[in-house]
Amino acid sequence: MNDPNNTNANTTGNTNATGTPADAAVSAGADAAGQSFGHNSSSAAAGPAKESAMRKHGLVSAKLLAIAIGMFGFGYLMVPIYDIICEVTGLNGKTGRVAASEYENVALADPDRMITVEFVGIVNAGGSWEFKPEVSRMQVKPGVTYNTSFFAKNLSSQPVVGQASPSVSPATAAKYFNKTECFCFTRQEFDANSGRDMGIVFVIDPELPANVDLVTLSYTFFRSQPPA
Amino acid sequence: MRRSLLRAVMAVVACSLVLPSLALAGYGDTIDMTTGVTEISRSVHSLHRTIFYICCIIGAGVFAVMFYSIFAHRKSRGAKPATFHESTTVEIIWTIVPFAILIGMAWPAAKVLIKMEDFSGSEMTVKITGYQWRWHYDYLDEDIQFYSQLDAAHNAARQRDSGVELEQFEHYLKEVDNALVLPVGKKIRFLHTAADVIHAWWVPALAVKKDAIPGFINENWAKIDEPGIYRGKCAELCGRDHGFMPVVVRALPQDEYDAWVADKKAEATTAKLDAQREWSHKELVATGEGVYQRNCVGCHQAEGQGIPGMFPAIAGSDVANGSLEKHLETVLHGVGDSPMQAYSTRLNDSELAAVITFQRNAFGNTTGDTIQPSDVRSYRNGQMQSLATDTGYFSNFNVTGAN
Amino acid sequence: MSTAEAHHDDHDHHGPAPGFKRWLYTTNHKDIGTMYLLFSLIMFFVGGAMALVIRAELWTPGLQIVDPMFFNSMTTMHAIVMIFGVVMPAFVGLANWMIPMMLGAPDMALPRLNNWSFWIMPFAFTVMLSTLFMDSGGPAGGWTMYPPLTLQMGDSFAFVVFAIHFLGISSVMGSINIVATIFNMRAPGMTMMKMPLFVWTWLITAYLLIATIPVFAGAVTMLLTDRYFGTSFFSAAGGGDPVMYQHIFWFFGHPEVYILILPAFGIISSIIPTFARKPLFGYDSMVYATASIAFLSFIVWAHHMFTTGMPLAAELFFMFSTMMISVPTGVKVFNWVATMWRGSMTFETPMLFAVGFVVMFTIGGLSGLMLAITPADIQYHDTYFVVAHFHYVLVPGAIFSLMAATYYWMPKWTGNMYDEKLGKIHFWVSTIFVNLLFFPMHFVGLAGMPRRIPDYSLQFADWNAIASIGAFGFGFAQLIFVWVIIKCYRGGEKATDQVWEGADGLEWTVASPAPYHTFETAPEIK
Repeated sequence: MNDPNNTNANTTGNTNATGTPADAAVSAGADAAGQSFGHNSSSAAAGPAKESAMRKHGLVSAKLLAIAIGMFGFGYLMVPIYDIICEVTGLNGKTGRVAASEYENVALADPDRMITVEFVGIVNAGGSWEFKPEVSRMQVKPGVTYNTSFFAKNLSSQPVVGQASPSVSPATAAKYFNKTECFCFTRQEFDANSGRDMGIVFVIDPELPANVDLVTLSYTFFRSQPPA
Repeated sequence: MRRSLLRAVMAVVACSLVLPSLALAGYGDTIDMTTGVTEISRSVHSLHRTIFYICCIIGAGVFAVMFYSIFAHRKSRGAKPATFHESTTVEIIWTIVPFAILIGMAWPAAKVLIKMEDFSGSEMTVKITGYQWRWHYDYLDEDIQFYSQLDAAHNAARQRDSGVELEQFEHYLKEVDNALVLPVGKKIRFLHTAADVIHAWWVPALAVKKDAIPGFINENWAKIDEPGIYRGKCAELCGRDHGFMPVVVRALPQDEYDAWVADKKAEATTAKLDAQREWSHKELVATGEGVYQRNCVGCHQAEGQGIPGMFPAIAGSDVANGSLEKHLETVLHGVGDSPMQAYSTRLNDSELAAVITFQRNAFGNTTGDTIQPSDVRSYRNGQMQSLATDTGYFSNFNVTGAN
Repeated sequence: MSTAEAHHDDHDHHGPAPGFKRWLYTTNHKDIGTMYLLFSLIMFFVGGAMALVIRAELWTPGLQIVDPMFFNSMTTMHAIVMIFGVVMPAFVGLANWMIPMMLGAPDMALPRLNNWSFWIMPFAFTVMLSTLFMDSGGPAGGWTMYPPLTLQMGDSFAFVVFAIHFLGISSVMGSINIVATIFNMRAPGMTMMKMPLFVWTWLITAYLLIATIPVFAGAVTMLLTDRYFGTSFFSAAGGGDPVMYQHIFWFFGHPEVYILILPAFGIISSIIPTFARKPLFGYDSMVYATASIAFLSFIVWAHHMFTTGMPLAAELFFMFSTMMISVPTGVKVFNWVATMWRGSMTFETPMLFAVGFVVMFTIGGLSGLMLAITPADIQYHDTYFVVAHFHYVLVPGAIFSLMAATYYWMPKWTGNMYDEKLGKIHFWVSTIFVNLLFFPMHFVGLAGMPRRIPDYSLQFADWNAIASIGAFGFGFAQLIFVWVIIKCYRGGEKATDQVWEGADGLEWTVASPAPYHTFETAPEIK
């Protein structure tokens, strides 16, 4: 189906083979068949007309099948495309990740501007954790690097591995929220009934739109598969 | 003929505006969108009415012409068919005119939308987490948090063939145990997320509907103008009991709200003290039954029989009759990726002790065990040795599906 | 596959084979069309029965009949059956029957493939429906299958994905066949801009199918690997995103909506001129409007997701692109009205259904315009208002067009006129009940009743009772339809070749009933 030439070769083979009653019937009806399957064909000879009709069908089918297969691939391609769109637009609160040094020489338009950063810890239903931010709010200056941490504790009697998934709201602020270090970059292992503080280092891009005065950074803690 | 057509069109247009208005005036709460109690909800409502009337006019115009034609241009009236089949002028007009109407509609809509998306200047934040099938409210500024779910009486009534007279409930399926209490006149920010599947927190009177997506937060806001009780529902299919997770918002004047906050904090202190004392067996079973009704009955059913193939039974089960450690483990930490969730943070020590005591002494389970809040506490701290009822390892629930 | 195609005309010059084998091995476009149509009629009653379970449960407040889980599986399966088992196969059936006859072609371009596309379907639906009898119950996460909810389902999920893959293969094969037929098999002189609109709308639909069904297949495959093979496309725990599924799904899902309605536009555009005895107004603009609807359908998908949290710019873009769709759709409605204008109309059953279509489809279209307004949509989203909207478009829309088509072409298929009186009764009973069924849903939706719930607050009780009465009335009215079809098949007044006084097109130049083989010699189009 993919290869129109192959289709054509098969067609030719079958049309030219003679000797069986079925083929005889085809030959006998070739006049009508030739016309019917080659209405748009200018060829007068029955055999070639039919052959060219089949080639045309094969060609169209192959092209369409290629589109179909391509679109199946496109479905998968939407995954990386979506990630890129998220990064560019901050859709779904996906955060940026840059070096703090980038902002060292940036002149601030409004040196007095302060932004409230709110921290939220969420535990997914699949796991048994305690998970909360060290402080729930911070006043920060754009372009300056800050440290804070989240505390996580495994409440179950088995060792588990957790993975935190970050999200920033409002979405317009997401791409201006940069973390240089974060526990969410890797999976976190915990022994039974053990807990610890996990740090993040972040900086807010001074380009943050003026109408945003409050940014929420949330982490959802999921139970993750232990590494094999 | 032209004139009569014009008159017919006008008449239909007039009717199409007057009739819906009359209807809407009389039966507002069962046939039309609520005006609501926020500036945004009023804008949305007026937007809705505007588009509705525009649609009525367009519809009436098209139908009037069509029905006139159906009446006048029929063969039985001796109509002879014309032969025209195109007119560039007419076709251009009826492409351009709708386009202009659309721009006229999009402009006010865009203005409302921009306002909705302006989160600046918020004065307090409530984090709303969707669970199957309850809401969790966390007042980020007040250190107050609680779960809110369908009221127990409603929950009993909504069971299949419960035989309960539904007319006794003024707000059937729209009543919860703990309403979300909010002050009026403050810009309140809502942060939406979910712990299991996607939910959507919707209160029509606030024009707030946002998907709660596990792993992500969404945001919107409301500034309530009038005190009152506003009811809503989960709007995104979230499994078996999607229809049974209502939202109730109680909006209070600032001073009453402050009093409520103080009460709530005092309550938390009492609960902490309660967890320190020794409870009687009877008290635990009685409290536990209530906890069971609120938290477990959805899956494990009223008689602890579960639903075969979906939710395991508690009646006669290995967990409820075997090792206490296993039972605590199951309730506190949940079972893998099964629907059995971890209750360690959802219920306090007293409630956990009560519900486990209840389960071990109900539905024909007769262990006779009494579990104290202090036992739960010591289990949490990894000191199970003090509980001497360990009878070895019992088989786990069947956990279906891969991770 | 190519070998099969090469042999495809083996049977062309025999009559139909006797017995069951005729149907199993047939490559005749009329036989295959008939099978598609009968299959969709049967599925119409299967899906309808599910709808009646839903409406019976919603008759009064309280849970009386089914468990909420089974209720959810009914809403899920009702949608899947009606979309993939009724509307799509019925349109493919009509395409099979009518497109070769409308183009003056002897058969479809790829007859053997055609046979396969059909026979995959009963197989796929057997697999799909069998899940209802599994321990875990049928799929209950909605036909949109949003994760993570859908990943909570039992193993029935894998069967549903498998069935969807097969249905997708069937649709794509069918579409390839239709496009190949339209491109290569037109009679001499039948230029593209002379093709009947039904052929045009199907050509565009076929492209939509080929472009979107594979995307859907990709999305459900990702769900499948997330569930069973440890990938995390849609799980935030592994760096995925459940909202991404919604984007991929609706990238398929919105064009899918037009797949369900474009062929209906083609049918209505054939019927109205016939009974107005006047050529279709604005043929060219109809073609362009169809093409623009198809194009726009690819850039509006996120209007299904306004509550998921999107940047303001995206919300504005999708609002406006969605509103734009009403322009070409409006052009179509205006063209139909202009076709009626100063015609010489009679109202046989096909015309009644066509007029009913125009009126009620327009109502559905206007509520669609309301839904496009993002701030208002935030209130409408996931309520019965949405349910009312898409049922107005799909039931008195797509389904009515199918009934109109059946009445319109049935004399050509059977050689007998159907019972006009019964047909008219069928129309009026259906129209009354369908409005009783769906109109109140606008009200309860606006008043705040969410969709997909098995039980509701008392304030919605009256309207729900009326809707349920409408549902049962509409459901049982369809038995009249079946009776009309059976009666017409068995006999009746002999139909002329022309059948309808104002009918125009190649299909009316052949005998009634249409012989097993038509246009073996290509007609000359002037």
